[in-house]
Amino acid sequence: MKVKMLSRNPDNYVRETKLDLQRVPRNYDPTLHPFEVSREYVRALNATKLERVFAKPFLASLDGHRDGVNCLAKHPKSLATVLSGACDGEVRVWNLTKRKCIRTIQAHEGFVRGICTRFCGTSFFTVGDDKTVKQWKMDAPGYGEEEEPLHTILGKTVYTGIDHHWKDPAFATCGQQVDIWDEQRTSPICSMTWGFDSINSVKFNPIETSLLGSCASDRNIVLYDMRQATPLKKVILDMRTNTICWNPMEAFTFTAANEDYNLYTFDMRALDTPVMVHMDHASAVLDVDYSPTGREFVSASFDKSIRIFPVDKSRSREVYHTRRMQHVICVRWTADSKYIMCGSDEMNIRLWKANASEKLGVLASRERAAQEYNQKLKEKFQHHPNIKRIARHRHLPKSLYSQIQEQRIMREARRRKELNRRKHSRPGSVPVVSERKKHVVAVVK
Amino acid sequence: METVPRPGPGVPPKKGKLQAKRKKPRRYWEEETAPAAAGASPGPPRKKKKKNQEPRRQKQNSHNSEKSWVSKKPQFTKKSREQKKPREHKKPGPQRTLSGAQDPFPGPAPVPAEVARKFCRIDKSKELPHSLPKTRSKLEVAEALEEEISVKAARSELLLAEEAGFLEGEDGEDTAKIRQADIVEAVDIASAAKHFNLNLRQFGPYRLNYSRTGRHLAFGGRRGHVAALDWVTKKLMCEINVMEAVRDIRFLHSEVLLAVAQNRWLHIYDNQGIELHCIRRCDRVTRLEFLPFHFLLATASETGFLTYLDVSVGKIVAALNARGGRLNIMAKNPYNAVIHLGHSNGTVSLWSPSVQEPLAKILCHRGGIQAVAVDSTGTYMATSGLDHQLKVFDLRGTFRPLSARTLPQGAGHLAFSQRGLLAAGMGDVVNIWAGQGKASPPSLEQPYLTHRLAGPVHGLQFCPFEDVLGVGHSGGVSSILVPGAAEPNFDGLESNPYRSQKQRQEWEVKALLEKVPAELICLNPRALAEVDVISLEQQKKERVERLGYDPEAKVPFQPKPKRKGRSSSGSLVRRRKKVLEQEHRDKVRQSLEQQKQQKQKKQKAKPAGARPSALDRFVR
Repeated sequence: MKVKMLSRNPDNYVRETKLDLQRVPRNYDPTLHPFEVSREYVRALNATKLERVFAKPFLASLDGHRDGVNCLAKHPKSLATVLSGACDGEVRVWNLTKRKCIRTIQAHEGFVRGICTRFCGTSFFTVGDDKTVKQWKMDAPGYGEEEEPLHTILGKTVYTGIDHHWKDPAFATCGQQVDIWDEQRTSPICSMTWGFDSINSVKFNPIETSLLGSCASDRNIVLYDMRQATPLKKVILDMRTNTICWNPMEAFTFTAANEDYNLYTFDMRALDTPVMVHMDHASAVLDVDYSPTGREFVSASFDKSIRIFPVDKSRSREVYHTRRMQHVICVRWTADSKYIMCGSDEMNIRLWKANASEKLGVLASRERAAQEYNQKLKEKFQHHPNIKRIARHRHLPKSLYSQIQEQRIMREARRRKELNRRKHSRPGSVPVVSERKKHVVAVVK
Repeated sequence: METVPRPGPGVPPKKGKLQAKRKKPRRYWEEETAPAAAGASPGPPRKKKKKNQEPRRQKQNSHNSEKSWVSKKPQFTKKSREQKKPREHKKPGPQRTLSGAQDPFPGPAPVPAEVARKFCRIDKSKELPHSLPKTRSKLEVAEALEEEISVKAARSELLLAEEAGFLEGEDGEDTAKIRQADIVEAVDIASAAKHFNLNLRQFGPYRLNYSRTGRHLAFGGRRGHVAALDWVTKKLMCEINVMEAVRDIRFLHSEVLLAVAQNRWLHIYDNQGIELHCIRRCDRVTRLEFLPFHFLLATASETGFLTYLDVSVGKIVAALNARGGRLNIMAKNPYNAVIHLGHSNGTVSLWSPSVQEPLAKILCHRGGIQAVAVDSTGTYMATSGLDHQLKVFDLRGTFRPLSARTLPQGAGHLAFSQRGLLAAGMGDVVNIWAGQGKASPPSLEQPYLTHRLAGPVHGLQFCPFEDVLGVGHSGGVSSILVPGAAEPNFDGLESNPYRSQKQRQEWEVKALLEKVPAELICLNPRALAEVDVISLEQQKKERVERLGYDPEAKVPFQPKPKRKGRSSSGSLVRRRKKVLEQEHRDKVRQSLEQQKQQKQKKQKAKPAGARPSALDRFVR
C-alpha cells in the first residue's frame, strides 16, 4: 500500500512574528474562483458608481479681470503660467500653483482680440481693437521700470487674431487678410486673401510648421502654406466657423468650432467630408483646443458649458458647468494634459480637471494598481446597460437640459419629414445624405 | 521546428558536446581552438551522443511552442542534412556569455498545453454574426491577450507548494479493502489526528457541515444537540441544546454565523451559541444550502417552497413553489449557484431565484430521488433513487446519464469532493468512488474506499482543502481519511484555512462589496461576458426601421473613373458588371453549401436502416 495524505505544515502558511506580513498563497485555478464574470461585473459596477461619486472636476476660479475674458494662452515652457486678455484691454499673467495674478498690463484700448506666446517662452504678442500688435517681455519689469511693450506695430485695420510660428521668429495675424510677419520687421512679409470678409482666427500647424489655417465670416475655412504666396484650398460650411485647432499628433487633422452648435474634425487632404461631426452643444461653439495627446479636445460654447470630446466619437464624454459660469469664450487644455482652463463672460478664469474623478497628488502603488484594475474593468463592461447608464449620467442645468431636449425634438421632426418625403416620392429622387456630408457646401482649390 | 545542419569544420560545437565536456573549465579565448578540435574528430563518437540526446530532445519539442527558441540540437532526418542554412552558423553568439558558460535551457520555460487550456476563457468556436472589421480586430486583440495570460497563469502553476494525496494498492491489491486503521497507521501523526470519532449516542442522527475554509465543523443532532468546533485543533466553539429537532445545519459565509433548521423555524446562531435571529418566514425547513458569493441561504421546506434568504440584508429574495410536495433533497451547483431539488416522482428540478419555473427538469429515476450531489466544476451530477440506482449525469447542456450502477441498498446520501471523488452513504456503510483525474466523472465499477460506521449515515460532506470526509450518523460524528480528496493548494484571498481574525474581517468586507445579485443566477455563469446577439439584432432592426435605411449596408460598387481616356462609360459598366457578377456567384456558392449542410444534418438525425415506426407519420 502506498499512501500520501495532504498534510500542510502551518509554519509555511502563518507568519512567524507579528511584524511580518501575512502570507497569502495564490492559486489561479479557475475552479477555485467561481463566478468570476459576475463578480467582475459587480466590481465594475461599484467602480463606475465610485467614479461618479468622486467626479468633482472644478478646481479653482481665478478672478481679477474687470471685463469678460476674451483670450487665453499657455506658456510653452512653464506649466504654471497662463496669460489672459480681457475685453477692456487688460492682459493678466497668472500663476496656477499659487492661483494668483502675478502681473497686470493695460495692453490695449478696447478688446484684447488675441494673445500668443513665443515658442521660447521669453515674450508674448497681443493684438487689440486699437489696430496694434504689441510684443511684451514675459518677465515683469524691475522695480521702478514702466510696463512697456518691446515692440509695437501700428496697422491699418483691426486685427482679430494672432498666432506664432512654432519654430521660427514669425507670426501671423488676421483681420481683413492674413498677414505673415517677421519679428524683426514692421511690415508683413506676406499678405494673403481669398474673398473679402473678415477673418476670425488663424492657427499654425504644430507639426507641419509652415502650414496655417484660418476661418472667416463668409463661412469658410482657408488653408495656407507660408512658403507660397497664395492660399492652398478652402472649404465652405453651412454656417460660420469661429475657430479651428490643429491636432498636435496628426499633422493633417484639425477641428473646427462652428456656429451651428457642432464641431467638425477634418482631414486636410479630403475636405469634402469631415472625418467626424461632434454634436452635443446646445448653442454656438466658440473655442476648441486639443489635448497634448491628440486623442481628445475640449470645446467652449455659448450655452455656458464646456465639453470634452474624444476625436473619434461624435458625442462628448464629459460636460462641465457651474451656476456662475456664463458664456464661455475661450478654453485651453494645459500642456500636461491634466487640466483645462476656460475664460468666460463673467470675468473669471476657471480651472478644471480633465478627468473629473481623477485623484490629484501622489498615489501609493497599491492605490494606483487598484485604480488601473478598476479602469480595465470599467472598460470591459462598459456596454452593459446598467453600467452604461450610470457612466453616462450627467446632471445638467435645467435651461441647458430643456434646450437639448428641444433640439432633439426638432432634429427628430426634420428626420421624420425627410423620411416621409422619401417615402412618397419617386425612389432615388430624395437621396440619403449622411450627417457628415450634409454640412459641407463646397470645397474650392 | 527549424533544423540545424550537422557540425562541420569551423562550426562551433553543439550544446550537447559542451555539456559532456563541462567538467573541464574553459576560458573564453579558448573558444576559437575548441571547435576546430571538435570538427576534426570524425563521426562515430558524435553518433553515440546523438542517441543519448534523442529522448530529451523530443520531450522538449513537445513542450515548446512554435515561437520558442530555435533548437540547437541536431536532428536526424535526411532532409535536415540536405538543407543547410548558412545563417544559423552565426547564431550561437547571443547564447554564450563572456565566460563561455551556456544556458542549458534557452528560451522561455515550456508550458504544457493542457495546463494552459485550463485557464482559457474565450470560446473561439463562437463567431459574431455581421461583426464589423473594427470589432473583429478588437476581438482578435483580446483573444491574443487572453492566450498570453493563460500561458502566464499556467507557468505560475510551478509555484504551487503542495501536491495532492493518493492511495495506491500494491499490484493487484484492491484499495477498497484497505481499512481506516491501516491508513492511520501508515500516515504521519498530523494526518492521523484528522481521523476521529465523536461518540454521541444520546442525541441521535447527526447532520454536519464544514465551513468554506474547511477549518470549522458544525453538527446538529435530531434531538437538539448543536455544536461547532475548530476540528483541526479540536477546540470547541460552542455547544448548545436547542430543545427542538434539528433538521439541518449550515455555516453562513464565515464560521461566525450558523444557520440551524429546527422543527418549526429557521434560527441563526453565532459562534458563541447565542441566538441572533429566528426567521419565521422560513418554517418547517428540511434542508439548507448557502450560496456564499450571493449571500443567499436557500431553504427547502416541508410545505414545498424553496425560499431564498439574503443574509446580508435579511430579506427574502424569492419564495418559489416547487409544486412537488415535501422537499427534503437539495443540492447546490457550486459552479453556477443553481439549486437542484430532488422530487418523489423521480425528477430533479433546477432552480434560480429570478425564475418562477424550474430552469430544467430531469427525469432521473423510476422511483423517488433519495440524494443529489453536484461536483465542484458543475459538470457532473450524481443522483440516487429508490430504484437502488446510482447515476452520474452530465450537466453540460444535454443532461444525459454518463454511467449508472445498481447498489444493493441504494444510497441515501451523496457528496462530491473538490477533486471529484464521490461518496455515498448506504445504511451504515460509506463507499467512495474515484475517477481518472480532477475533471473526470467518478467510475462506478470499483469503489476507491469503503468504511463501516457505528450507525446509519445521516449526513455526509468532504472537508474542503483536507483529505477528510465527515460523516454524521446515529452514533455521532466520524471523520475518516480519504487520500486525494481535496484540492491541495488553496487561494489565500478566496478561502484561507490559516487566516487570522483580521484577515477574515477584511475578506468579509470585500466579499460583501462584491456580492453578486441574485438575478444573475443562471445555468451559464459566463453568459454575462458574451455578446447578446439576439438583442443586438433586435436593436439593429429597430434602427433600420427608424432611419428608413440601413446605415451599415454595403454600398453598391461604383467604379472609380480612370484617367487618360480609359474611362468610357462602356468600360465603367463592364467593370461594375464584373464585380456584381462575382458577388452574385459567391452568394450562390454559399447558399448551395448551406443547403448541402442542412441535407446532411437531416440525414444524420434519421439513422438509416432503422425500422419505420408507427409514430413516424407525425414527424414533419
